[in-house]
Amino acid sequence: MNNLDASTPGAPPRHAIDIVNASLKRRYARESRFRLVGLIAVILGLAFVVLLFADIVSKGYTAFQQTYIRLPIALTLEGIDPAGTPDAQALANADYMAPIKAALRQTFPEVTERRELRLLNSMVSVGAADLLREQVMDNPSLIGTTQEIWVLADDDIDMLVKGTIDRDIAQGDRRVKDDMLGWVDRLEKQGRIEKRFNTIFFTHGTSREPELAGIAGALMGSFYTLLLTLALSFPIGVGAALYLEEFAPKNRWTDLIEVNINNLAAVPSIVFGLLGLAVFIGFFGIPRSTPLVAALVMTLMTLPTIIIASRVSLKSVPPSIREAALGVGASPLQTQFHHVLPLALPGMLTGAIIGMARALGESAPLLMIGMIAFIVDVPGGFTDPATVLPVQIYLWADSPERGFVERTSAAIMVLLAFLFLMNLAAVLLRRKFERRW
Amino acid sequence: MEKATGAISAAELANSQHSRETVGDFTAVDPRMTCREVDVWYGSKQAIKGVSLDIGKNEVVSMIGPSGCGKSTFLRCLNRMNDTIDGCRVTGSIQLDGQEIYDKGLDPVPLRARVGMVFQKPNPFPKSIYENVAYGPRIHGLTNNKAELDALVEDSLKKAGLWNEVKDRLDQPGTGLSGGQQQRLCIARTIAVSPEVILMDEPCSALDPIATAIVEELIDELRQNYSIAIVTHSMQQAARVSQRTAYFHLGDLIEVGETNHIFTNPQHKLTEDYITGRFG
Repeated sequence: MNNLDASTPGAPPRHAIDIVNASLKRRYARESRFRLVGLIAVILGLAFVVLLFADIVSKGYTAFQQTYIRLPIALTLEGIDPAGTPDAQALANADYMAPIKAALRQTFPEVTERRELRLLNSMVSVGAADLLREQVMDNPSLIGTTQEIWVLADDDIDMLVKGTIDRDIAQGDRRVKDDMLGWVDRLEKQGRIEKRFNTIFFTHGTSREPELAGIAGALMGSFYTLLLTLALSFPIGVGAALYLEEFAPKNRWTDLIEVNINNLAAVPSIVFGLLGLAVFIGFFGIPRSTPLVAALVMTLMTLPTIIIASRVSLKSVPPSIREAALGVGASPLQTQFHHVLPLALPGMLTGAIIGMARALGESAPLLMIGMIAFIVDVPGGFTDPATVLPVQIYLWADSPERGFVERTSAAIMVLLAFLFLMNLAAVLLRRKFERRW
Repeated sequence: MEKATGAISAAELANSQHSRETVGDFTAVDPRMTCREVDVWYGSKQAIKGVSLDIGKNEVVSMIGPSGCGKSTFLRCLNRMNDTIDGCRVTGSIQLDGQEIYDKGLDPVPLRARVGMVFQKPNPFPKSIYENVAYGPRIHGLTNNKAELDALVEDSLKKAGLWNEVKDRLDQPGTGLSGGQQQRLCIARTIAVSPEVILMDEPCSALDPIATAIVEELIDELRQNYSIAIVTHSMQQAARVSQRTAYFHLGDLIEVGETNHIFTNPQHKLTEDYITGRFG
């Protein structure tokens, strides 16, 4: 081999190392090309992620603030409760819009015309009265005094203050009339308009009014659904994986089961929704739109993922550990629970969390089981009607009001934050419990 | 099938070169385990062909032979470790103290407590040194309280010659020990459940010569209390630690006898070829 060109007369003898050296340059070039392609792929992927996040954040960050108008509200006993009996029932039933409107009229005394007055009143949210009611109920001593109270502004005013509404377009094409522009400017000069942290977004359920819409309902719905999904799918999935991997005989039936589990993992999620509709709601009569039925559907959907991940992590436990346990006389079940399961658990948990993250972001099957219903109340249990974050995002994205655009993005940010936390937890769990043997 | 026993003539030896009859006496004076006509099948492949062998009380029986000769398979039959392998079938008779271990009614779990096993690769549990030894007694309920368990752990570690090295760090992971220490920890774990027989499947193949010497010394001491069957690739080791030696070849037990006989005066051609290093 060290004289390949011997057949060519006169050619200098070539040694194997010369050929190796000649090919080196080409080999290194190929390596650096491969690295470059990989780097480009990573950069491209990152660029799209950054673009996505930048778009969402730039649209959504304003939703965490909300415009309030400070008004001198006279909380006279007669104004709130004409009967003059300040008991809880009367306080709850009283008309709180009247003092707000009175305060507005007092702030702009020149506005007298009926049409203009209606415009003036529309500057505060229709929910402002309810918020005022809560304030008074919490602190009945406010009655009989005049307080400077921050009143929730209407979403149009909110958009105007945040600069989303263009003042230059013609009045007819604009949701905020010229009169209102003047009033807002005057209020701003007097320091009566302020953007404050939007607590409503985190404490309220959804609403037709953007300024009153919050994600608390969807968050709680997602929380109950995921909690129940985890409680159902993790034990079932781990049990199934343990049985299939360690106890079941390896024959045609278990092969068939394995193929079908892999099939189920690839079934489109909408199919699970249809199944849930037919079986859980249609046959078993479980109430629709509830976290209970959503969790059952999500369990069906995440089970294959958990079973596959659990089997992989069981397989990665070295057989010598099983032999060691069996060798000292542990029963097969003791071998599994004392030795194999603790070693496989981190991998199983990682799989479960990834399955849960997928369930958190899933919306299609839930549309089929009524989670798309418009539910204002924050659910308080597994059988209360609820919706979940991704469905809420879908519903808000469908709404025409400008105020919902930023809330959609804000809800996406919250969802992404939870997904990030869950995936981080998966990584940390794996790192913490990873053991060498 | 008639078994040849005792010495045979040179003429017979020449004739029996390709026969698979066992040469030598496979019985023990005071047997703990008796195996007769044991066949092992992996699916349709026969791994052990009609092997008969006794393991006596207080003796070390070594099993030697080239790779794939079935010596490990045979060893794993003795505590039904082969049960865990799919498609493995064992026929014939294997008795422990006169009791058939492959009886339908016999539970392999207590059997494995009576016939302990030390594996080729040290395989301590990824738990503390203490837990490694205490695990067996705990699941079998051999001790009544913590003090008894502590004493048993100490005793087992002492018997395994590991106590002085680990007494100050019993709570540290067993996997942090050196290879030789790990293997002695595995031996301590095995003797903690007071077995009658200890099976050792190439216990020194992953150890350096010094650790090997320590383990071999230990095996010799353990002989006082236990019956030991050891599979080894090292003929020197077999010569050093065992009283009787069995030579396996392609699933057959070719020759068995006193260790010094086998190594100084092998009767069968295959045995002679193997121990003189002509193959294997």
